[in-house]
Amino acid sequence: MRGDAEGDGRVALAMRRCVFRRRTPSTFGVYWKLARAGFKRQAQYKLAMFAGLFTNCVFGFVRAAVMVAAVRAAGDFGGYDEGTIGAYVWLSQALLGATQFMGPPIDLVDRIKSGDVAIDFLRPVDVQLSYLATDMGRAACTFLPRGVPSIVIGAATFGLSMPTTPVAYLLGLISVLLAVALSFLCLFAVALIGFWVVEIRGIRVLYQIVGTFLAGLFVPVHMFPDWLRTIALATPFPSILQSPIDTLSGRVAGMDALLTVAAQGFWVLVIGLLGRVLLRAGQRRLEVQGG
Amino acid sequence: MDEHSSAEPIIDIDDLTRQFTVYRKNGSRWRRHRDTITAVDRMSFRIERGSAVGYIGANGAGKSTTIKMLTGILVPTTGSVRTCGLEPVRQRRELAARIGVVFGQRSQLWWDLPLHESFSILAAIHRLDPDIADKRTHELVEQLEMADTLDTPVRQLSLGQRMRAEVAAALLHSPELVILDEPTIGLDVLSKQRLREFLRAERIERGTTLLLTTHDMGDIERLCDRVLVVDHGRLVYDGSLAGLGATVGARRVLVVDLAAPTPDLDDLPCGAQLLSSEAGGMRQRLAFDAEHTTAAALLAAVSDRAQVRDLSIEEPGIEDVVRRIYESAR
Amino acid sequence: MAEPDSARIVAGTWFTPYLAVLRSRVKAQQVYRLSFATEVFSAFLIGLVEFAEVWVIFHNVGTLGGLDTNAALLLFGLSNTSFALAQVLVGHLDSLPAMIRMGTLDAYHLRPQPLLLQLITSDISLRRLARAAVAVIVLGVGLWRNEIDWGIAPVTLIVITLISGIALFCGLFVCAAGLQFFLIDGAELTNSFTYGGSFAAMQPASVFPAPLKLLFGFAIPVAFTAYVPTIALLGLPGPPLLPAWSAWLTPVAAAWVWLLAFAAWRIGTRHYQGGGG
Repeated sequence: MRGDAEGDGRVALAMRRCVFRRRTPSTFGVYWKLARAGFKRQAQYKLAMFAGLFTNCVFGFVRAAVMVAAVRAAGDFGGYDEGTIGAYVWLSQALLGATQFMGPPIDLVDRIKSGDVAIDFLRPVDVQLSYLATDMGRAACTFLPRGVPSIVIGAATFGLSMPTTPVAYLLGLISVLLAVALSFLCLFAVALIGFWVVEIRGIRVLYQIVGTFLAGLFVPVHMFPDWLRTIALATPFPSILQSPIDTLSGRVAGMDALLTVAAQGFWVLVIGLLGRVLLRAGQRRLEVQGG
Repeated sequence: MDEHSSAEPIIDIDDLTRQFTVYRKNGSRWRRHRDTITAVDRMSFRIERGSAVGYIGANGAGKSTTIKMLTGILVPTTGSVRTCGLEPVRQRRELAARIGVVFGQRSQLWWDLPLHESFSILAAIHRLDPDIADKRTHELVEQLEMADTLDTPVRQLSLGQRMRAEVAAALLHSPELVILDEPTIGLDVLSKQRLREFLRAERIERGTTLLLTTHDMGDIERLCDRVLVVDHGRLVYDGSLAGLGATVGARRVLVVDLAAPTPDLDDLPCGAQLLSSEAGGMRQRLAFDAEHTTAAALLAAVSDRAQVRDLSIEEPGIEDVVRRIYESAR
Repeated sequence: MAEPDSARIVAGTWFTPYLAVLRSRVKAQQVYRLSFATEVFSAFLIGLVEFAEVWVIFHNVGTLGGLDTNAALLLFGLSNTSFALAQVLVGHLDSLPAMIRMGTLDAYHLRPQPLLLQLITSDISLRRLARAAVAVIVLGVGLWRNEIDWGIAPVTLIVITLISGIALFCGLFVCAAGLQFFLIDGAELTNSFTYGGSFAAMQPASVFPAPLKLLFGFAIPVAFTAYVPTIALLGLPGPPLLPAWSAWLTPVAAAWVWLLAFAAWRIGTRHYQGGGG
């Protein structure tokens, strides 16, 4: 009723900040935007990333001390020497941030609990892929504050040996990307259990502990007794940590490295498919049961 | 009956101030600059025992902060606050036995257990004598009509049932002062009415003091005999509800039905504003300020221009009054 | 009018409120049978995996830091029994950040009990007893397989170690809780000494370089919950910084941690209430 010219002016000013593209973006463009959004969002949690880095380092120091002592004490400690075991320890700690094994639950968990996930189903983007894209952005953001410093600190304190050829790093990068994607897809699938079970906190903790163990976080999978190693290799977990560590540290090279990365790709497809199946089932359940 | 003289106010706030330090990004990527927000700004008021006071203000005006300082959750930056004659932060536990607080948005009950469990736990927490607790629970359950919800887990209760349960929980230990933070939010009309009736009865029977934060004018009208309006941390009004309308200068509206279609009467001499004109100008609504002119003078001015067939006067609604306060602050 | 005087009768004892809440929590966990059973199984599995982490290393190495595989059983058994039982008692304190964020902490301020005691007794995680069970079994096996000079002294030492160990880890959780008032976003920081401490306690401290020995032997003295008692029980000499006889000082270590815990809690709550400015 009153002419609120002032109010209109304020709205116009705010609107100028929202940039709308002139043409509709391609599908890839959409996912790229989501990844960027994920990156920006993670960038706000600087204190959390520092806290993660700090905890990483404390665990890293303890593990490195034990592992180095083990290498010195044993005649053959899985073929590792002090340098390579250092690389194993610190790379595994460095990857924890990106793979968010030990982090807080992913958004999806709360959204399923509250029913907000119904909104996600109404959006014109693929639910699983959009979450994945956002998470890749997030993971990229942890690279500088958490990932790299872990390795630098490890190199400075305990020492670690890394390969010198660029091929190893290239394959390593691909391996890391696959590992991060796989880790998220696993978390995604676990979160979907929330459609059927009210409180999945217990399942999540179980996943964290069993998953990190089988992924080779505390002991390299190579050093598991045979029966345990068979069990581990039947799960996607080694592809989340052990594979990128091996590739990046040069423990596997050439053909072996390619095979490792291929195995990772295999698991990405399998778990990705599992996630989609669960998602569809969950969506149907939501439709039947209501919000 | 009381250990202290009945003359001492149950809430005594003097020059109360509370500031928060907030870090804001001022556009640059890495630096954040400090800002001090004054949530409560030199507020002073007293509340006598047995009264019922409404505490209204826009969101973020400082209501919750004041309540937190009254109950011992927050420490004031400067100024003093005494609740039930005690210092809230220092004597929090003593105070907790004498007050009951209902948070509309947050629950104080145990979610996964049946309602009656919450009551028995609370009785144990306040170390009430079992017989007295029993009697009191029955009383509350009866008056709030909760008998059929006692066995339901709290998380399965509807909002209306839960709010009644929260009120009962807050009153279980028969506190002298009850503070309610948005208790009727989201409730349907019937539930609101029931709750108000109950609070009114409680006050009459036990002399319980009520401090009520709300956005619902109906709560204020039916329950409170005094209104405090807070805006940006400052107390802008302290008095009766009737006086509030007059103070804010909310406008009365004269609605005239004219004998024939008339051009808009938007330039009358007494400063009245034309709000709307219908049916080709046969019905026009004119708002006027009671301070600048009277209904009679306005009517005379209209009659000079056109023949008036019928008229009526609309009084300012409470919502209108409060909205003007909020908006005048922007 | 009403009966205000009789309402002031104070019934029960000072621990009536706490018992009431604890009893209700136990009841709540019994109500959802299936969920509880799965959580117990899950905790049991977690206990097994934690043991496997230690066992696989020793399986490959044989002797580490002067301890053999049998000694490792003691190391794991002592540290994890203490930690798991501490988690049963106060593990729920790590929901404090969520409570602060959602404002549910305010409800505790409105009750006539001290805040910390309320929070500690606000829950009890019975399911974690399954994890403790794994640790106790490993401890039992360890005690049986090792050559210990049995007598009053070792038994007393074991009892003192376990009790002090539980107290120590409880203190770490309380310390972490106190820091949560500052950290909010950075809540993960406290994992470095709660879960990090538990992890360090499972390792033979003799392999730690000096800075780590100082950290986990003195600042956050978790080495006293398992490593030092283990070498004392086995009659082994310890590294110079952590000699075997200091195993009897575990209660001192626990007291020190509680000192830190109270300080952190006080500072934290003061900050929350705005007293610290």
